[in-house]
Amino acid sequence: MAEQKKEKMTIAVLSGDLERALAAFMLAVTGASMGMEVSMFFTFWGLNIVKREEGSLKSKGLMRKMLNLMNRGGAKRLKLSRFNMLGLGTWMMKRLMKETNMPSVSEYITMAKDMGVKLIACTTTCGVMGIPPEKGTFRSEVESLAGAATFLGEARQSGIVLFI
Amino acid sequence: MKADQTLDCMGLYCPMPIVKTAEKIKQMKEGEVLEVLGDDQGIKQDMPAWCEATGNKFLGMEEAGGEIKVYVKKTHR
Repeated sequence: MAEQKKEKMTIAVLSGDLERALAAFMLAVTGASMGMEVSMFFTFWGLNIVKREEGSLKSKGLMRKMLNLMNRGGAKRLKLSRFNMLGLGTWMMKRLMKETNMPSVSEYITMAKDMGVKLIACTTTCGVMGIPPEKGTFRSEVESLAGAATFLGEARQSGIVLFI
Repeated sequence: MKADQTLDCMGLYCPMPIVKTAEKIKQMKEGEVLEVLGDDQGIKQDMPAWCEATGNKFLGMEEAGGEIKVYVKKTHR
């Protein structure tokens, strides 16, 4: 199989909703297990998924400071897009996930990285939203920061391109 | 069916049985047979699909009392 050119899958993750993040990672790790080369681009709210959970971000300007205060991010803080019910719904969903042995988003991130999935954070949305575009902002699993051309460069060679 | 190795995926839902199968198969020798135990119905369609994509051979499955056993032979394309 080594001689064969590897199939590729590229996923743009724009949403920071818990269920969308899970679906994205489920497909990413399954793709990797099927021998595909998988890249995931995180942009806008999707950046929340891969932000470090601890510490605060240093951003410039009042609006960006406020945005980052309200939009803290981190895999454990993701909420369901429906039935969040001030966190109760999300809490229940996480319990149900645990009961059914489903990995958490955080566990999925580590698993994806171990399986060779490339995690890339979008620098443009970092700039707009006042998220310092540097490695320390994100979990260690994020291997690079890049922009639209990198996404399209990967996407044009991919048999599967998803926008989540 | 006789197998060289067994992987217990009881209680795990998609995609974990597939992810674990891929991991396990990597450590096995070509020609060896892996038996995967599971109870998620998805595996019945997913395992043949995974085999098709990876070039491993799907040998078949047995189902009894909610337990599904699938057999995969490690094969290189």
